[in-house]
Amino acid sequence: MHPADRRYTKTHEWLKVEGAEGRVGITHHAQDHLGDVVFVELPAVGKQVKQGEQLCVVESVKAVADCYSPASGKVVKVNKRLADSPELLNKDPHGEAWIAVIELGDPGEVSSLLDSASYDKFCEEESGH
Amino acid sequence: MNYIPHTDNDRERMLEAIGVGRVAELFEDIPKKVRLGRPLDLPPGMSELEVYSLLYGLSKKNLNLNDCVSFLGAGVYDHFIPAVVDHVISRSELYTAYTPYQPEVSQAVLQIIYEYQTAICELTGMDVSNASHYDGSTAAAEAAIIAAMHTGRRKAVVSEAVHPEYRRTINTYAHGYGIEVTEIPCSGGVTDWSRAPEAMSGAATLIVQNPNFFGCLEELQSAERAAHGAGALFTVIVDPISLGVLRPPGDYGADIVVGEGQSLGNAPSFGGPYLGIFAVKSPLVRRLPGRVIGMTRDNRGQRGFVMTLQTREQHIRREKATSNICSNEALCAAAALVYMTTMGKQGMREVGELCTAKSHYLAGRLAEVGYRPAFQAPFFKEFAVRCPVEPESIVTRLAGEGILAGYPLGRAYPQFRDCLLIAVTEKRTRSEMDTFVARLEGLK
Amino acid sequence: MKRLEPLIYELSSPGRRAYSLPECDVPVPSGAIPPGMAREIPAELPEVSEVDLVRHFTRLSQLNHGVDTGFYPLGSCTMKYNPKVNEQASRLPGFAAIHPYQPEETVQGALQLMYECSRYLAEIAGMDEVTLQPAAGAHGELTGLLLIKAYHEHRGEKRTKVIVPDSSHGTNPASAAIGGLEIVTIKSDDRGGVDLEELRKVADRDCAALMLTNPNTLGLFDENIHVIADIVHEAGGLLYYDGANANAIMGYTRPGDMGFDVVHFNLHKTFSTPHGGGGPGSGAVGVKKKLAPYMPVPFVTFDGSKYALSYDKPLTIGKVKSFYGNFGVVVKAYTYIRALGPDGLKRVSEDAVLNANYVMRRLVPTYDLPYDRHCKHEFVVAPWSIKKRTGVRTTDIAKRLLDYGVHPPTTYFPLIVEEALMIEPTETESVETLDYFVQAMLEIAEEAEKDPDKVKGAPHTTPVGRLDEAGAARNLNLRWRKPGD
Repeated sequence: MHPADRRYTKTHEWLKVEGAEGRVGITHHAQDHLGDVVFVELPAVGKQVKQGEQLCVVESVKAVADCYSPASGKVVKVNKRLADSPELLNKDPHGEAWIAVIELGDPGEVSSLLDSASYDKFCEEESGH
Repeated sequence: MNYIPHTDNDRERMLEAIGVGRVAELFEDIPKKVRLGRPLDLPPGMSELEVYSLLYGLSKKNLNLNDCVSFLGAGVYDHFIPAVVDHVISRSELYTAYTPYQPEVSQAVLQIIYEYQTAICELTGMDVSNASHYDGSTAAAEAAIIAAMHTGRRKAVVSEAVHPEYRRTINTYAHGYGIEVTEIPCSGGVTDWSRAPEAMSGAATLIVQNPNFFGCLEELQSAERAAHGAGALFTVIVDPISLGVLRPPGDYGADIVVGEGQSLGNAPSFGGPYLGIFAVKSPLVRRLPGRVIGMTRDNRGQRGFVMTLQTREQHIRREKATSNICSNEALCAAAALVYMTTMGKQGMREVGELCTAKSHYLAGRLAEVGYRPAFQAPFFKEFAVRCPVEPESIVTRLAGEGILAGYPLGRAYPQFRDCLLIAVTEKRTRSEMDTFVARLEGLK
Repeated sequence: MKRLEPLIYELSSPGRRAYSLPECDVPVPSGAIPPGMAREIPAELPEVSEVDLVRHFTRLSQLNHGVDTGFYPLGSCTMKYNPKVNEQASRLPGFAAIHPYQPEETVQGALQLMYECSRYLAEIAGMDEVTLQPAAGAHGELTGLLLIKAYHEHRGEKRTKVIVPDSSHGTNPASAAIGGLEIVTIKSDDRGGVDLEELRKVADRDCAALMLTNPNTLGLFDENIHVIADIVHEAGGLLYYDGANANAIMGYTRPGDMGFDVVHFNLHKTFSTPHGGGGPGSGAVGVKKKLAPYMPVPFVTFDGSKYALSYDKPLTIGKVKSFYGNFGVVVKAYTYIRALGPDGLKRVSEDAVLNANYVMRRLVPTYDLPYDRHCKHEFVVAPWSIKKRTGVRTTDIAKRLLDYGVHPPTTYFPLIVEEALMIEPTETESVETLDYFVQAMLEIAEEAEKDPDKVKGAPHTTPVGRLDEAGAARNLNLRWRKPGD
């Protein structure tokens, strides 16, 4: 149920490679668990992140989730629309509600991420607990 | 007296439903090793009649402010409390409620706090107020902590003219959290801003009180420049009563405003419960400690109020929360709101004007009889005088005559051993002040 | 259904007033406040008449549920009846109208009350010394942790770890963080207690303290408490007792007897002072002798004839609050302790435990019981089977209870029980009230089967319906503004 055109992390972020850059967001599964998203603390443009490091914070009414970067690199763009319309993350997490674009520091990292089938399976197992 | 409704029959019926013979069986999981095994060593219980006379007797051993003339302030003030204040906060729907976790049956507390937040924002000129903090001192201490969180710096600079108990509380919190505290000395009863640039290097915030502990008005433009020039947040501690006549800190660049809200309709009560005022400018809204109430709509389309921005708070953010505060001072905030509503736009100014006029009258009269002002800086309702006799002995002698003369500054500032800090609220009359002047003159 | 109330600002009309002040009887000084320091525009506060003001707050108050309006079984909050004599006592001018800096000889009654109240609380806690300075439970936690930190620091040890079980209150980790300490969470065992093996693994040379409430947030008494205490003490750590649940044990056992070194009491829970819609509370902290040198100052002394405030503690952590604590709240707790005495307090715990067990047994098997043991003053059930069959969740049941005039229990806490309903009836409720509550819970369970949408749409009879919390957080409206501003 998660689109096959991108890769996923076990911490529920997605990465879509676009040339030398990667677009990052949180998954449908993640937003569903959080509930109504009310605030996104966006990263600063220019910030250097390593794979697995905290990229931003997503808040719902009664939960907070740290969002980790699926890849290393430099933040080159952030989705400013989320500042005013955090609810986009519930409506279109894989599309309009992308969070940031990262200039990929190590394109090799992408292969360490899950493909959509493995991620779907991972979500299913996690929910089973 | 134990306020328990059960009869022996009730208890038997309940034990039967549980399936045990005696209440003691329900305690058998407490290991013998840790049991008390004797009655608690406390005085025996008593009837309501007896307990009330006991408490009444204890209360009569205290000299209360209604039975004396008080010029004692130093952070706690004997302002007039209109009758409606106690009437409203005695509504037991309000005072017997817990935190408004269920908004559908808590609209009173929620709306009252929203109205309180609005009043505090109006009074201070700030954008957002929380639902209350413990008191002025803890609010000041937590201002230092959120400034450290916000700036990533671990240093707070505090004026020496900030209330000594606040500085002590700030130090305790700062030591725990890991913040270094530096003080800026005073000169002539106000902070010596020439010392600020050096002190401010690497600081998260500058904390200044206005009017300061000596009652003096600080030169706030310099303070603001010192704080913002160093990239620090500017924190101002206020006396809310003074804001009827003094410029609101939001106007002169404060990022955080804290203060003691006791003066707003709360009794002195020997030091508490009081009300910590805590307000910030918009960029700091997600750093605000404690509860915040917001307006929203219900599923029937009606306006309603809820606790909001809860992800800052301990029950969700746990160790990453902006504060550990849970219980606050909601009922004291309600008292403050009723007070501010009773006084209203005109009354708040009038109270401030009365305090200013009366305190300046007394200061002038005292100077005539040899109790000269300790400082030349302008003041609002409190001022220090140099005494020709030992201030502690003045306090003791006049207390015996039903006059609370003030606060001997030497208790907290050894360099001002000969100074007495005197507060005048709107409650003092000219004849009370004239008597006070005559008594002080007689002590020379 | 009750009508909602406009905001006080919406009732304002320029020139109206509810106050009266005396004429100024002294000359008005000119230029007392220099122009740059004077307020130019008055604060936009409401202008209303006294009668409108009183009606506004009276009508508003009727929208609230309190202990005086109905049953309030909010777990871990001990919403017992607040005796009215306590209120009357704390309002006596000899308590309410005294200044904290008055000469000591003019406040002997207040100092005596504080001195005696500290001693009574020390006896109830099994501790050596008590400070009344902290203003609330969380404030007491911070104070206690700072004491523990000072103790270790003074012994030249740098210990930074505070261990808490996964069933602990959210204030525990937050207090540790504000106190500059780190939290380590350990799992509970299958009886709902501290897992001893887990504890042994983390109780090491970094361990500053273990924070525990006993009975815990499941309402269960940890029978291994003395073993737990030994493990922590052998590692050089101290034991902190979160007193939120002390209503269960008075006269039976004391934190000090269980091996705890520090305790905070919530006077606004166990000792019947009202919660005031969120506060003020009071978080008195008691300690064993070894921690006494670090206690906040001042403290009250008594030489046999005179009470005094002493600052003589060279190793003190300082002050955690200005003055001496929430004295007005302490007066109420003192009145309560004097009225009940040792027998009364023991009876309080007995009947609190009796009431909890009675309600628990009557709710089973309709509601699931995760830990089937006698509980103490509170217990946790969950609507697992109801949810499976009908989709009705804990929130829905809680909201439906509002239609019965009952305040819902604590929900979704402790975190280790899914869909938790944490119920604390307290000792001041009659069997008829308990039966009414049980009946309501059983009816709601039945309704969930027959008409689940009715439960999911609840409440139906409250002044407002379910509120849009997401909307409130997305579009922050935290203060009123004049239309057009």
